[in-house]
Amino acid sequence: MDAEVFRAWIVSAAEVIEANRDHLTQLDAAIGDADHGINLSRGFTAVLGALGQENQAPKTPGAILTLTGNTLISKVGGASGPLYGMAFRRAGKALGDAADVDLAALSAALEAALAGVQKLGAAREGDKTMVDALAAATRAFSKAVAEGAAQEDALSSLAEAAEAGATATISMQALKGRASYLGPRSVGHEDPGAASTALILAALRDAARAGR
Amino acid sequence: MKKLINSPETVVTEALEGVAAAHPSLSVDVGNKVILRAGAPRPGKVGLVSGGGSGHEPLHGGFVGYGMLDAACPGEVFTSPVPDQMLAATTAVDGGAGVLHVVKNYTGDVLNFQMAAELAGDDGIEVAAVVINDDVAVEDSLYTAGRRGTGATVFVEKIAGALAEEGADLAAVAAVAREVNARSRSFGVALSSCVVPAAGKPTFELGDTEVELGIGIHGEPGRTRSSMNPARELAAVALDAIAADLPVQGDLLVMVNGMGGTPLIELYLMFNEVRKYLEARGGRVARNLVGNYITSLEMQGFSVTVCQLTDELTRLWDAPVDTPALRWGR
Repeated sequence: MDAEVFRAWIVSAAEVIEANRDHLTQLDAAIGDADHGINLSRGFTAVLGALGQENQAPKTPGAILTLTGNTLISKVGGASGPLYGMAFRRAGKALGDAADVDLAALSAALEAALAGVQKLGAAREGDKTMVDALAAATRAFSKAVAEGAAQEDALSSLAEAAEAGATATISMQALKGRASYLGPRSVGHEDPGAASTALILAALRDAARAGR
Repeated sequence: MKKLINSPETVVTEALEGVAAAHPSLSVDVGNKVILRAGAPRPGKVGLVSGGGSGHEPLHGGFVGYGMLDAACPGEVFTSPVPDQMLAATTAVDGGAGVLHVVKNYTGDVLNFQMAAELAGDDGIEVAAVVINDDVAVEDSLYTAGRRGTGATVFVEKIAGALAEEGADLAAVAAVAREVNARSRSFGVALSSCVVPAAGKPTFELGDTEVELGIGIHGEPGRTRSSMNPARELAAVALDAIAADLPVQGDLLVMVNGMGGTPLIELYLMFNEVRKYLEARGGRVARNLVGNYITSLEMQGFSVTVCQLTDELTRLWDAPVDTPALRWGR
């Protein structure tokens, strides 16, 4: 996967976030402060603007993800900004200067992203956060790659596991973040951060698929 | 939704332009979203920076001025500001004696301030941070994000600001800030929800006879829903929760704070109930604030913050302050 695929991923992620903006906001109204969709939408719009700057266009997959992360940190605010920002920055750093990224390298980048998010936010699986989607997805992708899956299948596993991880948060009680103040009342609602993570990873699958 | 806005996307920027025009004592960088005292930082004075989501006015921008904050960083409505803002603020207020960040305990605020402090440290500015976590509504638990930062933030900004104005060093200013936080507890009750401009509808629904106990300041629902009751009983719910966690005997600083949508006549009535409750238990309300200090857009409701005073804390509370929202002694 080259820079074009990664650029297409981020563009697709921005589109899907925008399309689901109200849904994400509604999830966040139920167990948070009703700004997740709005914040991510603003952040990804800024990312598109940054990526579109001709004279400073990032040339490698790693550079694209790093620029995405830095922009999200500067524009999103809330907890999502630093957490997504960290995830993309760590992934970008893990990819280094490589012009082309194979499945193993992508797997390592996802692990780095997950480690960064968990270190910053101190959430574990089961706390009802984005980690529930990201950890499940990273694990499934790593397993698929180890078993020699083709790119399309591995990325499908990634997206499906992220979706399953997000859905699994519905029955969890929030132990981190603003939803945790609701205690037992957070049960029965999907975590907005997990939902947006699933959307973003599905966009990766779709961008890679479309790129063939 | 009826709001005095032009469009949800421009609320914060246009409000900041209004703040800048209304208060010549402030220097407002609308583009970067930083509110500063007009004029250069005083060499040798510890700088005080705070910030948080917009929608809580006058917190924090209304507390920028002599004897209180040096800078405030307003984020989007109910959204933490970003590290760029705090870094710009920290750099602007650095008088060579270090900078104190007053951070309300919400994951977003904590993470963004943390990132900014690291960046400022890389630039050679010493930053200390104090996290405010006075809200007793959320039970303390090993696994949660901990208690939220609410009304005590106002007390901390005033008292630490006074000590910084006197030329104390960073360690002392940080210590008094932590002391005020440790000696303060808060509890809030909502009678209505609020409407985030970009969302366009109430964050949650409260029936005609319902109240939300333990409400937070971002429209996030509290811990339990209950029925509307006379003011004296709502006061008792709030103060029972506070008194269970903090002795309320002796000299106290008490704030009865409006969430934004409750009229002053009701706030004074609530203050009367709060005063009676505390006096019946051996508390003496030595100092008070009644009004809108840390709001939640147009939410109807109130919060109570009680702080155990010492002679020194009282002295610092009484020290002169000159900001848009608090002004005495000058």
